[in-house]
Amino acid sequence: MNTVKTPEHPMTPFLRMDRMPHIWCPTCGIGIVVKCLAAALEDLTTDLDNVAIVSGIGCTGRVAGYVKLDSFHTTHGRAIPFATGLKLSNPKLKIIVVSGDGDLASIGGNHFIHAARRNMDLTVICVNNFIYGMTGGQLAPTTPPTAKTSTTPYGNYETPFNLAYLASACGAVYVARWTTLHMRNLIGSMKEALQKPGFSFIEVVAPCSTLYARLNKLGSGLDLMKYYHDNAVIAHDMEPKDAGISEFQGSVICGKFVDIERPTWMDETTKGLSAKLGTEYVPWGNGRSQE
Amino acid sequence: MQLKTVDRMTLADPKGVLTGSHYLDGDFSCAEGALAAGCRFFAGYPITPSTEIAERFAQRIPRIGGVFIQMEDELASIAAVIGAVWGGAKAMTVSSGPGISLMMENIGLAAMMEAPCVIVNVQRGGPSTGLPTMVGQADMMQARWGSHGDYQIIALSPDSPQECFDLTIEAFNYSEQYRVPVMLMMDECVGHMYERVTIPHAEDIRVRSRRYTTLPPGEYLPYRAGEDMVPDMVKAGDGYRFHITGLTHDERGYPAMTEECHDQLVRRLVDKIRKNAQQIVHVEEENLEDADVVVMAYGISSRVARLAIQEARKLGIKAGLLRLIVCWPFPEHIIRELSARVKGFVVPEINYGQMVLEVERCAAGRAKTILVPHMGGNVHDPKDIVNAIVEAAK
Repeated sequence: MNTVKTPEHPMTPFLRMDRMPHIWCPTCGIGIVVKCLAAALEDLTTDLDNVAIVSGIGCTGRVAGYVKLDSFHTTHGRAIPFATGLKLSNPKLKIIVVSGDGDLASIGGNHFIHAARRNMDLTVICVNNFIYGMTGGQLAPTTPPTAKTSTTPYGNYETPFNLAYLASACGAVYVARWTTLHMRNLIGSMKEALQKPGFSFIEVVAPCSTLYARLNKLGSGLDLMKYYHDNAVIAHDMEPKDAGISEFQGSVICGKFVDIERPTWMDETTKGLSAKLGTEYVPWGNGRSQE
Repeated sequence: MQLKTVDRMTLADPKGVLTGSHYLDGDFSCAEGALAAGCRFFAGYPITPSTEIAERFAQRIPRIGGVFIQMEDELASIAAVIGAVWGGAKAMTVSSGPGISLMMENIGLAAMMEAPCVIVNVQRGGPSTGLPTMVGQADMMQARWGSHGDYQIIALSPDSPQECFDLTIEAFNYSEQYRVPVMLMMDECVGHMYERVTIPHAEDIRVRSRRYTTLPPGEYLPYRAGEDMVPDMVKAGDGYRFHITGLTHDERGYPAMTEECHDQLVRRLVDKIRKNAQQIVHVEEENLEDADVVVMAYGISSRVARLAIQEARKLGIKAGLLRLIVCWPFPEHIIRELSARVKGFVVPEINYGQMVLEVERCAAGRAKTILVPHMGGNVHDPKDIVNAIVEAAK
């Protein structure tokens, strides 16, 4: 009998194939972000044994569960401080936080700004779909004005966060925004961010057709991609302050807004303590962790 | 005081051991205990009356080798501690009532992920902001039940600066043995009390090392437990590519939203402590042989109770002390045995009745149980305890 051998999925080395199918809806943008992350890590020929991923709660919070890395699915909003502890206790690790806009900017907002201020050596990837997906379509800190959600049935009248501006104002050394339509640019930014010591932040505007598009009568996920195609404006080095997504179905300004040098928390701490304590100082790090 | 845990022990790393005789308060002594136990990661947020532990750790750790980080809040502190555990460090955080309340969700995460760590609660008067600088013991039930869902933790309660040192080491050892968050339930009096603290030589301190797997990647399953119900660990960066989640998970660590899987997991999380309770329980007994009345106390209240017991003995009442060193799991079997032969229990505690509920439950009507409450802000007047002993002896 002839058997047809199914070719291996090209992402197999990066994914927990024994967990497929994943929970994400058809046309959800999170899968594209995972694909881009895999491509970035592959291009960088990173030793994946030294990469750990930390997620919070929500649709994007499930990323940690599907990638074949040391991966941590933590509590709502606490991915960044969890990642901070992981990084500082085992500095050889490259740590990627992948979570949603609600997780990182609402319930976890305080951790986000302080990790950026400290220049903690983390790469934070925020999948921004303008809405709470996992819980059924509620208001997010990023929901554009007038957009409907299940908790703003008459439209949203709050001002959304400009996450790129927030990150840059708090001291992030690398800030970029792309949509899931901009895969090549996104992979490029991920590679730059992963190689950049310090707090790097990438916001990825991503479609949620099941909730955001449906509640706002925007069509399918494909229609949202068309919207990105027609309304995304690439403006590298634009002042983050002016790069907000401030209008419902308005323009989405994309690009790399910040790429600066600043010592990380670990660098500053090691330098400061060495200067103060001299030979008495016993540094922690260089891949050393306590057995 | 003899350390109870004995197997799989190594000697303390001398770098962290400040051998000698010192005049320390309980907070400082706790920090020294953590360093002696091998704690090399501390994330915390200032709060009275626990802050001095953080200050001492921050001062000492750069000369030992480790990390101190003051986080933005207590939510971040406990999250960083759990992250640090998965990075391979022994880690702790400290706080008091309001901060501990904020930590509760992630204390549940530590229980669910089975991340060994130590959380110190230097108790002050509550509820809410309460009495920031004054003593309380009203977080005892919170320590046991504070996070949502079914889980069990271990809690210890020192009565002196010396015990703050000893029991901090014990807390780390228990956390590694059972892979649970362990809470050290200090109180403001013990935390701020200065006494002689003797720190032994490193070779006289036994610390429990982490139970890492000996299996290679591919064969190892993060939540496959043996007979003792405690799975072996790995840490990030060692090539295991493991997944850890706060969701109900199977042996692989993968989310598994089934009744069966949840049943297995929750039973194991609880039973690894519940079924080992007799090995973990640790009490001090004084004059219980002939006692008609047992005063059960812990922390600073046990020191006041001693005086009351002496007074009662002068009055001809045979009273004795049962001091909880381990509060959780509760020494159920000891109370049951005592309740069959004593007239009554007296429970002085700086709250309006918490551990007394456990005594009542275990005594089950076989002996009187009298609460001597104190709402906080000070220790008991020994006379109140004496009066209760007299009442219990009737």
